[in-house]
Amino acid sequence: MCTTTNSAEAIEQLKQYSSQIEKLARDLGLDYYPVDFEVVPNNFMMEIAVYGLPVRMHHWSFGVRYIHQLIRQGMGHSRIFEVMFPGDPCRAYLVNGNTLPENTLVTAHVLGHADFAKNNHLFAQFMEMAGGHILEQAAARAHRIETAIQEYGQERVEAVLDAALALEPHIDINRELHRPLYPTQVPKAEPEPEPDHFQKRFRMLPGEKMALDGQPVAKRASIPPQPEYDLLWFIAHYAPELEDWERDIFLAVREESFYFYPVFACQIMNEGWASYWHARLLREADFLPHDLYLSAIKAHSDVVRPYAAERQLALAVNPYHLGFSMWEDIIEKHGLEAARRIVKEEDDFGFVRNYLTKELIEKLELFVYEARDDGDIRISENNVHAVHEAILAPKFNYGAPRIAANHLHVDGSLQLVHDHQSDGRGVDLSRAERVLEYIGRVWRRPVTLHTVGERGEARVVTSKRL
Amino acid sequence: MTDHITISAETPWYDLFSRGSRDWLRHNEKVREAVQQNLPNLVAGPDVITGSQDRTVQVPVHLLEHARFRLADSSQQSYTSAGQGQGKPGDVLRQAQPDMGGDEGEGGNNDGEVKLLLEFKVDDIIDWLWEELQLPDLQPKRNTAITDDEYVREGWDKHGARARLDRRRTVKEAVKRRATQEKTQENPVPFTNEDLRFKQLVQRRKPATNAVVIFALDVSASMTDAERKLAKSFFFFVLQGIRRRYGKVETRFIAHTTQAWEFSESEFFNVSGTGGTGASTAFKLALELVETEYDPSQYNGYLFYASDGENFTEDRAAATEYLAKLGKLLNYIGYVETVPGSPRTSETEMKMLCGEVERTGAPIGSSILTRHEDVWKAIRKFFVQQQSE
Repeated sequence: MCTTTNSAEAIEQLKQYSSQIEKLARDLGLDYYPVDFEVVPNNFMMEIAVYGLPVRMHHWSFGVRYIHQLIRQGMGHSRIFEVMFPGDPCRAYLVNGNTLPENTLVTAHVLGHADFAKNNHLFAQFMEMAGGHILEQAAARAHRIETAIQEYGQERVEAVLDAALALEPHIDINRELHRPLYPTQVPKAEPEPEPDHFQKRFRMLPGEKMALDGQPVAKRASIPPQPEYDLLWFIAHYAPELEDWERDIFLAVREESFYFYPVFACQIMNEGWASYWHARLLREADFLPHDLYLSAIKAHSDVVRPYAAERQLALAVNPYHLGFSMWEDIIEKHGLEAARRIVKEEDDFGFVRNYLTKELIEKLELFVYEARDDGDIRISENNVHAVHEAILAPKFNYGAPRIAANHLHVDGSLQLVHDHQSDGRGVDLSRAERVLEYIGRVWRRPVTLHTVGERGEARVVTSKRL
Repeated sequence: MTDHITISAETPWYDLFSRGSRDWLRHNEKVREAVQQNLPNLVAGPDVITGSQDRTVQVPVHLLEHARFRLADSSQQSYTSAGQGQGKPGDVLRQAQPDMGGDEGEGGNNDGEVKLLLEFKVDDIIDWLWEELQLPDLQPKRNTAITDDEYVREGWDKHGARARLDRRRTVKEAVKRRATQEKTQENPVPFTNEDLRFKQLVQRRKPATNAVVIFALDVSASMTDAERKLAKSFFFFVLQGIRRRYGKVETRFIAHTTQAWEFSESEFFNVSGTGGTGASTAFKLALELVETEYDPSQYNGYLFYASDGENFTEDRAAATEYLAKLGKLLNYIGYVETVPGSPRTSETEMKMLCGEVERTGAPIGSSILTRHEDVWKAIRKFFVQQQSE
């Protein structure tokens, strides 16, 4: 039973089970775009996980992630069960080295993801902006970048990718994917309302008339008109000497970043939802042989568990376990309809803040811990608000410091500013300096970043002169 | 109801390529470039010398990090995060570990960090170094008028010694012939004598590129292991540098206390003697070697001498005399003073002596080695100085 899913019989069996599971899912009200499953070798799966897309551009930093993943897998710390790409159709990948029960479980899990991706507003919004064929587009872009390497050389293409990929999370997800450029002129002021009695008399005072006449009709807008948090977009469109192929690369990275955002922002909800459904579908799938069901449920409990089996405690929260427990709680208390509404409307921020209740925190034994300088790690609190914020903290602003393009100087140099007040502290200066160096190579003018140092004093990081 | 899911497993091509390993190789290439830029610091380690036998060295390096904007690690606030398990506020989950000091703590901090062991060819390193340090190539003596004869391949002929048969060309000829014969003949002969082509040799004259490097080392009791190690590093790289320039380099090794002996390379660094220091004996032996075996008109000669700086004062006159004579015969003489730890304040006997000879216009330079980094400074100094001589 517990052999790999390599043989033709195993695939056939999996096809049969999954079509039955799919029927069950439909009956239970799951609603999704078609899903194309592909059974692939483990090494290919690992690359999908490392690159984030089945076919994506080359960059040396992926090589570093790849080797880390290879080592983790070699040591048995990490196993990949499934990768699912939302779209129309969705694409999901299964590993042929995993057992048939595991892959049956994963099929059910993926249907949960597919349902989530069709219904959640963040996913739907992206789909509306970019369409359902992002994977094909990414592959085509990867190919274009490959052509660029041949045409402009590895070094130049790499320099652009160094900058673009370093800024990957710096998009403005509140704005559209396709944005118009800034207006070049400040819109003319509204025609002034007919002056009232006081103003008529006021203007008749000596000197007031002249000041009014001197006002120009329209003036050139400053760029950017307000701090611009979508750095990828800003650099793509306003870098002084960016070539078209370089802009292409920036926009490619940006579009992929928009694509990844819903997955990032809904991880707890999405994984929890998929886990809830794989557990329920398998429970209700009376057509599965008993031993297959048992093996599959064993795999379920390995994935959806708070901490490693030999431990009593974890210094991290497993999103599968948290999401799964929360959805069970919600569906038990409010019913499936309410749950579906939550799927549609929330992301992890609203989900955790609104539905991770005090009772659930106590039941799941969630806490906030503090790792101090001296190496002591202690539980600091377990009140509701603190737990919510500790879970959500790494998710703010796509997990990156809030950095905006603030001013474009006359000489073309760029000033970035770090919103240290909302982040609560400054940025890591040595890394920032290297990122500025990356940016400087494509901006081709000096780039500075205003942030604060350790004691809150103002610090300015400057890209090294090229 | 139609199926909304499809399952396929026909992907034989996935095994054929790996983007991950291609990007990993590119990363390694970048690491090599980075290493190359930092080479003088990296190679300063003593392990380079021990690796010199198989002509490669292994350098442990960190993986490159693709930088992103990140919030600073705050030292003011402590790190907080969410966890799960039994426990109540105030529970200590992990005690601060008392600082064990040394390796123990280090290992804990770098847990799970991946390090890369890169292997470099010594020849490559030396090439990079010369670029990095912007060292000039050595100047052969201008007055080496004598030139050697050399045979180079040039042209072909239909007759020649069997050993110089050019197979490729012969086959080409045969193919050409058969192609034309096939029209008239059914089965042309595979090869005929007419097809044979032989390489021809001609005699050329080329400038002499012979060099001899004499290494002299003070092995008196006052030379410690650390001092020998410094000397060894220096000798090693100097020799590599000279090998870059000359086609044929001979090396001779002389060790001395109050007497001087010649040794083989393998013994050289392990010799230790007792008693005092009389450098003149080594210089005398070097002079004899040069005069009897290495005609200055045919050989570019170099002498490198390492010592801790001490020398008997009564030896001064003799040492000065031999050094001055050597200075006239050799391209360059380098003296390194190995002083691990802090440099001495007063000028040593040997340094003074070299300074004196240098003032007479002999091609001689001296340098002090206290740490491994100094080896590069010294090499740089010698090669730049030698250039200007």
